[in-house]
Amino acid sequence: MNTSLRAGRRRRKTTAALFLTPFYALFIATMVVPIGYAIWLSLFTEKTSGLGFGGTRRVFSGFGNYADALGDDKFRDGFVAIGLYCLLYIPVMVGTALALALLLDSALARARRFFQLALFLPHAVPGIIAALIWVYLYTPGLSPVVELLESGGLHWDFLASDTALFSIVNIATWEWIGYNMIIFYAALQAIPREVVEAATVDGAGPVRIAVSVKIPMIRAAVAMTMLFTIIGSLQLFTEPSILSDANPAVGSSWTPNMYAYSAAFRANDFGLAAAASVLLAVFAAALSFGVTRLSSGRRTA
Amino acid sequence: MSTTVQQPDGVAADAPAPTRKPAAGPARRPRAKGRATEALMGKVAVNGALVLVTLYMMLPLAWLLIAATKDMGGLFGGDGFAFEGFHFTENVKAVSTEGDGIYWHWYLNSLLYAGVGAALGSFISVLAGYAFDKFDFPGKEKLFGGVLLGVLVPTTAVALPLYLLASKVGLVNTFWAVFIPVIVNPFGVYLARVFSAGYIPGEVLEAARMDGAGEIRTFFSVAMPMMMPGFVTIFLFQFTAIWNNFFLPLVMLSDQKLYPVSLGLYSWNTNAHAYPEFYPLVITGSLMAVVPLVVAFVSLQRHWRAGLSAGSVK
Repeated sequence: MNTSLRAGRRRRKTTAALFLTPFYALFIATMVVPIGYAIWLSLFTEKTSGLGFGGTRRVFSGFGNYADALGDDKFRDGFVAIGLYCLLYIPVMVGTALALALLLDSALARARRFFQLALFLPHAVPGIIAALIWVYLYTPGLSPVVELLESGGLHWDFLASDTALFSIVNIATWEWIGYNMIIFYAALQAIPREVVEAATVDGAGPVRIAVSVKIPMIRAAVAMTMLFTIIGSLQLFTEPSILSDANPAVGSSWTPNMYAYSAAFRANDFGLAAAASVLLAVFAAALSFGVTRLSSGRRTA
Repeated sequence: MSTTVQQPDGVAADAPAPTRKPAAGPARRPRAKGRATEALMGKVAVNGALVLVTLYMMLPLAWLLIAATKDMGGLFGGDGFAFEGFHFTENVKAVSTEGDGIYWHWYLNSLLYAGVGAALGSFISVLAGYAFDKFDFPGKEKLFGGVLLGVLVPTTAVALPLYLLASKVGLVNTFWAVFIPVIVNPFGVYLARVFSAGYIPGEVLEAARMDGAGEIRTFFSVAMPMMMPGFVTIFLFQFTAIWNNFFLPLVMLSDQKLYPVSLGLYSWNTNAHAYPEFYPLVITGSLMAVVPLVVAFVSLQRHWRAGLSAGSVK
């Protein structure tokens, strides 16, 4: 009996290794190795020899590429742009998603299934197509929305330099409200009904219950959404790229990701592109670590 | 992590959505007439707000649907939200014939990347998630920490390094350059572990072992069928993510024949600035690319809703 037990345990260990191998093989090949290779590449720079006839040589430059990226206003401006974007986007998107989830969760809501599906559907639209649709809706002459505003006496130029941020936030909000609303709604549904009933008996109104009972109870879901939203925001690329065709204020290196892309494909400077990617990944990891610590710290406090 | 894992009956695919009874009992009593009007006003306000936001969410989709029925003149001339002349079939025909039917080529590529990639990817995720949940082995939580780290690293920050690596090994501008990276889905492994914990009671596995079934056989004939709803959820979201993937193909591919729909539409849109006749193509092509996802989400709503619940409550 004892030996067969031990044999069973060994067999299970072998099976676990067998089951984990495909994932980790691919994980290492497509995430660990590329990042390692990018770190390696980021330490070199391409030098043109002579008059440029002799081709290029790779020269070790230590942290030169990192210094170049960090010293470049365009790269730093990208982080500023993302920071401003987050300041506007996160409260609007998370706030609306949370408000919608609370509305759906309230006893007064009707046709819950329909609303959930209708609000979620934009998330099924590919980001690139969402950006295309909205840019068309921003374009005067093509857009019924601009026309409608004009006929109402409102002149709002979606493609002006000072409305670019708003126009991008609007696209991202449209894409992500529904998804996060479903997550919040699911978390709300998991709140034990007695808790809400007890608060009702105590005379708390629906708004009071939402703010001081329901929201604190789904804090974990809200924190996780914030985390994924920040990581997603750092990767911002598609929406501003599409918008940059129509709005010159959105340049080709508006976000750090766009900066890395143009370093690689416009300037053919792979060392700089690798350094920018590594900096972005490190920044994302540090930020998520910070957010996780902050939210778990608050929970234990 | 403060809340517990949802019980299996909560995530079961066929369980009806739990609806709370309206708690407005007292308001129904005739003597509380003031309360009744208050409740009515509340109902109007709540549902009115929901309708307003729904209108905002539907507006771009409605416009896309209507714009796909218009020709160039209708697009730039008339009223954006009115049907004027029905050119939808002409538009579809134009989309299909442009560049020797390249659009359907893209469509097929997207189906391959997303369909095969997501099927393979979710299977690999389920294998790993099941192993993490049901087996004990040294270094387990450390390995799982690696998975979580993978969830947190921005995928686009890896795309450029992937390109640099792929150009080193000569895989740039091949099918594999886009296909292999999208199979890996760390979040899928995380979800699969949660699903495995929720759907498969340990006793069932013990019973299968008692009956003398090997571990692999137990997985395929006992565990896998029980995890099917979780598998569908992971598949659906991975399918969507790959179908919508734009940055990786943009970086990797230069051969139009390998493009997925997303990148193809992007290239058409770039043409449209110089040749406006591409606008109807982009619009109708976009609509055609959205349809499979909408159909999948509408028909599989029970699954993905349950899946998101399980993932968020954890």
